[in-house]
Amino acid sequence: MSLFLRLLFRNKLAGFGAVVLGVIVLLALLTPILPLHLPNETNTANRFLRPMSEGHLLGTDHLGRDLLSRLMWGTRLSLAVGFAAALVAGLLGAAIGVMAGYFGGRTDNVTMRGVDMLMAFPYILLALAIVAVLGPGLLNALIAVAVVNIPFFARNIRGVTVGIAHREFIDAAKLAGMGHTRILLTEVVPNIVPVVVIAMSTTIGWMILETAGLSFLGLGSQPPQADLGSMLGEARSALITAPHTSIVPGVMILLIVMSVNLLGDGIRDALDPRLRSGALARPMATTRVERAEAPAPKGEGLLRIDDLETQFHVGSRIYKAVNKVSLDLKPGECLGLIGESGSGKSVTALSVMGLVASPPGVITGGAVRLEGRDLIGAPYEVLRSLRGRKVAYIFQDPLSTLHPLYHIGDQLIEAIRVHEHVTHAQAHERAVKLLEDVRIPNAGARAKAYPHELSGGMRQRVGIAMALANDPDIIIADEPTTALDVTVQAQILALLSDLRRDRGLAILFITHDFGVVGQLCDRVAVMYGGRIVEAGDTAEVLAAPAHPYTKRLIACVPELGGGRRELAAIPGLPPAVDDLPAGCAFAPRCDKAQTACRADEIDLTGDTHKVRCLYPEGAS
Amino acid sequence: MTIALKATDLAKTFDIGKRLIGPPRAQVHAVHPVSFEVQTGETLGVVGESGCGKSTLARMLVGLLPPTSGSIEIEGRALDRADPAAFGRLIQYVFQDPVSSLNPRKTIRQIIEVPLRLLHGLRGKALDDRIAELFDAVNLRPEFLSRYPHEFSGGQAQRIGIARALAASPRIVILDEPVSALDVSVQAQVLNLLADLKAEFNLTYLFISHDLAVVEAVSDRIAVLYFGSIVETGPAEKVFAAPRHPYTSLLADSAPVVGRPLGGAQSGELPDPLNPPPGCAFAGRCPRASDVCRAKVPELRAVEGDQFVACHHPLDP
Amino acid sequence: MGGYILKRLLSAIPVLLGITVIVFLIMAMIPGDPATAILGSYATPENVERLNRHLGLDEPLWRQYFIWLGNLVQGDFGRSFALNRPVLDEILDRFSATLVLAGTAFVLCSLLGIVAGVVSAARQYGLADKAITFVVILGISVPSFFLGMMMILFFAVQLRWFPVSGMYSIWGGGDLPDLIRHLTMPALALSVVATGVIARLSRGAMLEVLRQDFVRTARAKGVHERRVIWGHALRAAMVGIIPVLGIQAGFVLSGAVYIEMVFQWPGVGRMLVDGILKRDILLVQGGVVFIAACYVGFNIIVDVAQAWLDPRIKT
Repeated sequence: MSLFLRLLFRNKLAGFGAVVLGVIVLLALLTPILPLHLPNETNTANRFLRPMSEGHLLGTDHLGRDLLSRLMWGTRLSLAVGFAAALVAGLLGAAIGVMAGYFGGRTDNVTMRGVDMLMAFPYILLALAIVAVLGPGLLNALIAVAVVNIPFFARNIRGVTVGIAHREFIDAAKLAGMGHTRILLTEVVPNIVPVVVIAMSTTIGWMILETAGLSFLGLGSQPPQADLGSMLGEARSALITAPHTSIVPGVMILLIVMSVNLLGDGIRDALDPRLRSGALARPMATTRVERAEAPAPKGEGLLRIDDLETQFHVGSRIYKAVNKVSLDLKPGECLGLIGESGSGKSVTALSVMGLVASPPGVITGGAVRLEGRDLIGAPYEVLRSLRGRKVAYIFQDPLSTLHPLYHIGDQLIEAIRVHEHVTHAQAHERAVKLLEDVRIPNAGARAKAYPHELSGGMRQRVGIAMALANDPDIIIADEPTTALDVTVQAQILALLSDLRRDRGLAILFITHDFGVVGQLCDRVAVMYGGRIVEAGDTAEVLAAPAHPYTKRLIACVPELGGGRRELAAIPGLPPAVDDLPAGCAFAPRCDKAQTACRADEIDLTGDTHKVRCLYPEGAS
Repeated sequence: MTIALKATDLAKTFDIGKRLIGPPRAQVHAVHPVSFEVQTGETLGVVGESGCGKSTLARMLVGLLPPTSGSIEIEGRALDRADPAAFGRLIQYVFQDPVSSLNPRKTIRQIIEVPLRLLHGLRGKALDDRIAELFDAVNLRPEFLSRYPHEFSGGQAQRIGIARALAASPRIVILDEPVSALDVSVQAQVLNLLADLKAEFNLTYLFISHDLAVVEAVSDRIAVLYFGSIVETGPAEKVFAAPRHPYTSLLADSAPVVGRPLGGAQSGELPDPLNPPPGCAFAGRCPRASDVCRAKVPELRAVEGDQFVACHHPLDP
Repeated sequence: MGGYILKRLLSAIPVLLGITVIVFLIMAMIPGDPATAILGSYATPENVERLNRHLGLDEPLWRQYFIWLGNLVQGDFGRSFALNRPVLDEILDRFSATLVLAGTAFVLCSLLGIVAGVVSAARQYGLADKAITFVVILGISVPSFFLGMMMILFFAVQLRWFPVSGMYSIWGGGDLPDLIRHLTMPALALSVVATGVIARLSRGAMLEVLRQDFVRTARAKGVHERRVIWGHALRAAMVGIIPVLGIQAGFVLSGAVYIEMVFQWPGVGRMLVDGILKRDILLVQGGVVFIAACYVGFNIIVDVAQAWLDPRIKT
């Protein structure tokens, strides 16, 4: 709760809204005891007194009634009606939505068709029809506004409930012996409450506007009683001669609704966990760079990464995702980069072309040299012209990485035409050729397919074709087969291997699977906690791993054909990269660790087979 | 040896495009009638690729999904589908995604308590003792009990999920891809824990996974699922070492193994579930397919000892 | 596509029937003698008698509904006692005026809202974003009728840029420039709230889309950032925006009721409010059914646009 309030008031506008609304509500509550004229006390001799008149701070209306007093009483009424309508609509709508969403099936179908039917009316028609039946009056206006808003709540809450009802913890609750009522009350509702609160807080303002509107039309509160809407309605005929009678209630409505909306937005932001974690920040076109100076190149290579440091800055925390990583890739070579989740392997790969999402990502040091030219901090246009042309990417999940609404052919054509001035027809021809190259049967017709019409394996072939579109020198494949089934994975790996040989491609292959590395890569680098802990020829590293982590990780992975057995586990958890230990990151889980391992940074040593360990395996 | 779990002609058909009245637009046979038995104390591994129906099968076995036809027997008694609690005391489920299987708004204690209270009526000190016992069994520290799910890593959350399943004191546990969301170094910890628990509580496991090597490492017997049907079953050490069904052989060749060349390059794709082929579902991808394969669905039959295969032209050992 | 449109048109039939049922039931709930309620309290006994027969008011409720529905289908919406003319004629006269007003406002709010939302998202937390966010909050908080009144006071009375009210000048008007002069203020006032809502939503939808993997793919291909935002991202975001446009069309139509009152616009909204205050039941009943039916038609267009944009819907 205190976290909620802190988050709420961190948002200055929401704080401002809360203060304004608080003052208005307080004044409205105090109205009966404030020294005001009676709101309905007419005095036609004092008609249309201007504001600041004696005894009438805000002047008087067409019957000589004190505007300040009427304003306060009207505010009281409008607030009460608005909140009541929001509460009624919110609770009833939420109840309907939860029932329909949780039980699904026929209940859901029938309820939602009813809701759709009500939503087929522009809302005011329904409200007018209800008022027509019940007769004009404030309570009837309240009922009308509440009723027309129930469908919106019901639909919104139903959507959220369906999402929750399909979560696995609901299944778990059923297996634990819970009945429907208990599941609804203890599992579903607690997860719905924030959504209901958000929906209500963001619609109260709207409700106040709507009730004021009905009163404005003369269908809400009836004279002499007045809410803010009917005050405006009465003042309309004197708009030109006595504008203050309109401006006073109008500004009050504006103030109330605006403060409610600001506060509502603040509540929404504070309750939404995605906003809390900053996950809704929009990534920029290139990764932010905050680098002091570029390190000198340590050698040759088509692509050289020297001491790359990429961090994520979230609030006051700094996650060192990539920590002084150096790699090099020669023409035509396949380099495997292996590690567990959070080891920094994907971030390394994305840093090359400045594709790390930023915020929160920042490249804080190192250099990435393509044919000797440093790309870190290069102007956007330079990076853009290299992306896809010199260095192309293949990503993990081919369904989410292809645009869902464009034909795959058009996506390929675009990839070609951003870098080359060719006609659409020429590009189309090349696109079909590319689809054939990645062995998609019936390529000409498939070019007109959308991604969702293809299987996972076919989609990944499209992803590969797109990477090949401009004949790049380097392909960076970021776990391209992890989301695929094992038989499809084998097909894709074979394809990549063939393409690489035929076209002389250099591949940086990111994976967590030693089997894949063993079959595809010439060299391998192992990452742990944002650092490279071991690198060398694949066969050598796999046969005689020098770092204890590599050795034990390989032992963890069961290999097919080994039969039933006890697996060698590594105790403990991978390190959190916002809180790395002083020395070797693996030391807390390593049975060979000594005091020296925990003291200082350890260098990556060795000639072709490098290792970052004081007591490497094999060396006694 | 007694039979712990027996499924007879268990099948599930999903309706696609339901209407308010009248028949659905189409039907998908997610699981064709399958029959199998699991002996007490055994681990049956079920392996298959996405869309093969393995999760649907698992959800039917624990009563989360009513089967379209067929029956389930546990220790000789047919299961009463009307009472989820009756299922709960006999058979439990460990979910694939450990974090999503824990209610984010409840503490771990509240989560673990539910099956103990509702299925076994434990209260007071008995309840506390049992929780402590369970937490000890899955190697978690007692102070975790007052925390919320988001404070745990995947491996820890999966231990909590396992503790919850054990809290019901079930005879059988269905493990639905219990380690596929975990990193390899953590995966081995959880697999070893599962093996220890099985011995300690005398459990029977049905272990579902897409990872052949993992299934082979933990199972006594393995059933291979393809397109909703069991195509091969047999002892774990034989199924992948000497596969008899061409699909099993393709799976085994496709698994990446260090020091072996890339295999299974040209192997086609799954048939369309809305428009399944008439005969063997694998015929379109199978190098040995003949006319009979494209016309007649093969039955599961014994080929050698306890190895069964559903194929008209099984491979030689 | 043709099949989808046909399917969508057919599915509108039960909705239209449902609308008539709802309206009929609501109207049937009006207390007192329906014939007197319809004809007003000064009706002669002969007239009451004739209406009872015509509408079958002595029959059971369900038969009354079918008689009423049958009349509706034949274009007989009844006669307004207050205006003493057929309801349908009055509705058709008034509805064209509302269509001009609401249609203009709808086009305005869709264009402005989407552009503002995209710019806001593309410059998240920048100056443009903050300015747009502020204007949007102001826009969705101001009652449109109050805004209309203030516009009259400032632009019509003070600056004399636009006429105070009406749709055409009484003398020498009637051409397009005259209409535009009269239309500007009410259409703007009407579009403000919806512009705010659409801008807000478009910003949210864009932010959601811009974090998705296919945007990263587009960047990795070397697609220019301008095209990433206005092509790839906006196209995907439109899938979320278009249904909201459908809902907002209903709000614009609803808001037109207030604006027509403020600007003395001779539209269908004013007709309904007058009808309710005069208890002219047949006029209200007919007006509600007619507008709701038009709105259903508009939503079909929205759905078809959505299906054209998103190929995943049709299958």
